[in-house]
Amino acid sequence: MTTYRLVVVNAGVSDPSSTKLLADRATARVVSLAESRDATIELTTIDLRALLPELAPAISSQHFGPGFKQAIDALQAADAVIAAAPVYKAGASGLFTSFFQVLDNDLLIGKPVILAATAGTARHALVVDEELRSLFAYLRTLVVPTSLFAATEDWSDKALTKRIDRAAFELVLLMESGFARAVKEESWGHYQHEYGSAGGTELDIDLSSDLMRLATGGSAKPRRPE
Amino acid sequence: MTHPMQFGIMSVSDITRDPISGNTPSEAERIAAIVKIATTAEDVGLDVFAIGEHHNPPFFSSSPTTLLSHIAALTETLTVTTSTTLITTNDPVRIAEEYAMLQHLSGGRMDLMLGRGNTAPVYPWFGQDIRAGLPLALENYNLLHRLWREDVVDWEGEYRTPLQGFTSTPRPLDDVPPFVWHGSIRTPEIAEQAAFYGNGYFANNIFWPKGHYKRLIDFYRQRFEHYGHGTTKDAIVGVGGQAFIGKTSQAAKDQFRPYFDSAPVYGHGPSMEDFSDQTPLSVGSVQEVIDKTLTFQQSFGDYQRQLFLMDHAGMPLAMVLDQLELLGGEVVPVLRKELDARRDPESAVVPTHERLVTAKYGDAEPRQPRPNANRGDNVTGASPYQDTDAEFSAVYPA
Repeated sequence: MTTYRLVVVNAGVSDPSSTKLLADRATARVVSLAESRDATIELTTIDLRALLPELAPAISSQHFGPGFKQAIDALQAADAVIAAAPVYKAGASGLFTSFFQVLDNDLLIGKPVILAATAGTARHALVVDEELRSLFAYLRTLVVPTSLFAATEDWSDKALTKRIDRAAFELVLLMESGFARAVKEESWGHYQHEYGSAGGTELDIDLSSDLMRLATGGSAKPRRPE
Repeated sequence: MTHPMQFGIMSVSDITRDPISGNTPSEAERIAAIVKIATTAEDVGLDVFAIGEHHNPPFFSSSPTTLLSHIAALTETLTVTTSTTLITTNDPVRIAEEYAMLQHLSGGRMDLMLGRGNTAPVYPWFGQDIRAGLPLALENYNLLHRLWREDVVDWEGEYRTPLQGFTSTPRPLDDVPPFVWHGSIRTPEIAEQAAFYGNGYFANNIFWPKGHYKRLIDFYRQRFEHYGHGTTKDAIVGVGGQAFIGKTSQAAKDQFRPYFDSAPVYGHGPSMEDFSDQTPLSVGSVQEVIDKTLTFQQSFGDYQRQLFLMDHAGMPLAMVLDQLELLGGEVVPVLRKELDARRDPESAVVPTHERLVTAKYGDAEPRQPRPNANRGDNVTGASPYQDTDAEFSAVYPA
């Protein structure tokens, strides 16, 4: 039986919060779907509220405290991610976007993601598709086609459940495809990395690069094919 | 001074408002203060003074060789160096000339540390582009290395006009090039270049947990051995760090906290306690600073130079001088004793000019280049020095 590591990032700051509730419903659906397909889910939940004290040094000094390090390690090892944000003033919460903005660019490459957002009004409905989707495109994640959004009225609408089912199914299919793993194993070098990036795992040093040739007294001009 | 390992201080040259008094020193006051700090470093028994290089306010150190030359003239044993010299925005020809001059005037009591500089707007002021910062640094050092070792250099690269028949003057003191440290905290290419040339490698050891710096130090040591300069123990490693020393642990914390909390770079971020737990910063009693500094050797292996950041974030001169008394008087003597006792006898000793002269010449007299006569057109013809190897001959542009 296959085990998938699912990491849920919840930016709701109250408890209970509607953001957490939406993330939990999507999580429960992913877990049961995976079980029905002979897989198990190893679940890690990151409540961003708990990382608030570590966020200021992370933003100002790229200094990550122990909570951040745990979160980064979990995301680095994740097979899939559910990311849920409350919408404030027509945008995802600052806590949510700040968290993803301080992560390494190559931490989440190819990983399947469900994006979810909650708001007090349906007028925020496009925040997921117009704002969050571009952030996660920059991180080169694989966002499922169905976005989740719940305004106050959606909680009593069966259509939300349907969308959760759809998004969960899409996520499970993408996890099963092994896309992220194949990218990591076969195409990783085609993405930009820095020494120590990808959450501190990117430690290979290519001694045959143009810059390494320059470092050792040679020229950085690409060699002509022989 | 023949210590196997050197201790000293490094300054960023920041001019920062003192958060207690509200006073921002003038440039004149801060420059006078840094001279006092450097001479005091020697008085309290430290070995090294390092100054940074910046070309914008609120920093004063745009001209490190001028400052260091003055400090060298006021001192007798102190080694003056940089933290760092910008190998990107400086023309390597000017670095070769200026630092060779400093080497002569200081009687060899100097070396230099190269860094890239990470302030994007500075680059275009000097006709450069930060996006090419790394290849620029690598290429410029390749040229600098030759300028100090070859009387006549023909050279062509990507980032500077070509040189034909160029002789950098004065030739290094005793024809032994200044020792070079390559400073880097996350760039394997810089560690590789340091290893390739058998130069020193320096990690600032300020912002991140020790493990972060250890990775590239270990890489540098392995590559140093790979290139045949000796074993991994022969590699020359320098490490930074910052400390604030109090008579008691609590006194140190109380005194330093306002400076930490408003410091550039990490101020208004992590708490002083968290930053101390998670990085090499030590704020505490003499014994606490000693204990924490000793962990550096456990992590990095025997190393050859320890520099502390002691005069930043608006600390007033009197406070810095008190810190130097404690560092030189109480901390460093214990560190020397403890680290000497732990030192593997096969580990490298820090390269001083005297040691490099002995390594090159043994008991023989060092080379003292004497120019050939001016031909009348202000050049010396194809061979700049009376003893220039006949193989090297200058061919000037037509």
